[in-house]
Amino acid sequence: MTDLLPTETRATEPATGTPATGTFVQTPSQTVGPFYGYALPYDKGPELVPGHHPHAIRLHGTVTDGAGEPVIDALLEIWQADGEGNLSRELGSLDRDGFTFTGFGRAAATMAGQYTFTTVKPGPVAGHAPYALVTVFARGLTHHLFTRVYFEADAAQLETDAVLALVPADRRDTLISVQDGPSSYRFDIRLQGEGETVFLDFDA
Amino acid sequence: MPLEKPSVALGRDTQGTISAEIRAIEADAARRVQQGGPPELHPRRDYPPYRSSLLRHPTHELVRVDPEEVERVSPAFGHTDVNVLESDLTIQHVGEPLGERMTVSGRVLDGEGRPVRHQLVELWQANAGGRYVHKRDQHPAPLDPNFTGVGRVITGDNGEYKFTTIKPGAYPWKNHVNAWRPAHIHFSLFGNAFTQRLITQMYFPGDPLFALDPIYQSIADPAARARLVGTYDHDLSVSEWSLGYRWDIVLTGSKATWMEGEDAHD
Repeated sequence: MTDLLPTETRATEPATGTPATGTFVQTPSQTVGPFYGYALPYDKGPELVPGHHPHAIRLHGTVTDGAGEPVIDALLEIWQADGEGNLSRELGSLDRDGFTFTGFGRAAATMAGQYTFTTVKPGPVAGHAPYALVTVFARGLTHHLFTRVYFEADAAQLETDAVLALVPADRRDTLISVQDGPSSYRFDIRLQGEGETVFLDFDA
Repeated sequence: MPLEKPSVALGRDTQGTISAEIRAIEADAARRVQQGGPPELHPRRDYPPYRSSLLRHPTHELVRVDPEEVERVSPAFGHTDVNVLESDLTIQHVGEPLGERMTVSGRVLDGEGRPVRHQLVELWQANAGGRYVHKRDQHPAPLDPNFTGVGRVITGDNGEYKFTTIKPGAYPWKNHVNAWRPAHIHFSLFGNAFTQRLITQMYFPGDPLFALDPIYQSIADPAARARLVGTYDHDLSVSEWSLGYRWDIVLTGSKATWMEGEDAHD
């Protein structure tokens, strides 16, 4: 049994890194776990605009794992420009007034692993193909995952997008949502396996 | 409602099996460092001792890209998003919650030690008995009618946050037989750029469960995982009232924070 004895009962080290080198070492990530459900989701979190907004779109999909099973405890966030390509500096993402576009949304997956945002189709920022940044959190993810959702209607801009150009051609489709209705776009996220979504690591 | 017997653990592995896997991975990581490799400052995405990671980690290399403007800025949060009372988890109900009252305070910094100002910090945790207010938490410990376990705050001018809460209890989970999570508080943080987004956990010094926990141990470098442990700070304790813990949080570095000074809410 001695091999089960904890070895880490020492005093803790300073939380911040090594100022002597001029850099502070990043705090490690940990999983969001399964029990964030009463803490992180909030009223109107998935509604960047109200459903009756004239340019409202539905951005939705299913999150699945390597066995194709729905991930029922995923949490998704999106951060995007408005329809004109402007990034919001407005307050009120957590307390929606129904009029102010803040660019941020948060949605928890349902028991079927599905998520839905009500938003607007983003406009191009600095001439790039329009996209929303998507962040995926879930039990089992030791670190959140970043991806981008592009829109198939922007075909010409997708052809020249610098990030899509970095992605192997046979995986590029995993970043492009499919229009499945007049104002509805489907973007499925596969964490692992066949059709695995391309996840991004920002040089930051 | 009578307490139900804990349901049969989904994971059949023993702690001995999990611990052996943990040590093998740590030894492998230490060997790489001895051979000149960098220490593993972040958890492995594929960390088999944490069984839930098996079917959920990506198998392809992440595609490394330069952040564009969308990634280089972050949502703005402020007084319309968070009420000042939300940082005190002990006053959300009529009565006092059970447990050891404490304050947790620290600074949110970027990779160059600059304060991350006016950004959202969210926190959630189990109660003193190790039970979450969550419908899928089956741990047969009592719910505390006076404790929900959720708090929010906006960092101050020098990046500081401060919460008043109670110390959470350890609790069992189903990764393997007799698996227990060390007491911890979940933290969700935003930086000045969306690439700084971080969700992590703060632990408490001297916890005997550290070596046994595959989530804490998913960070292979001992010094790196120790950064998740808060420090008891007697100066933060309040006489005849609460114990104080200090925990600073460092988000990513300089490239992600070039916007500093252009932030409209600085």
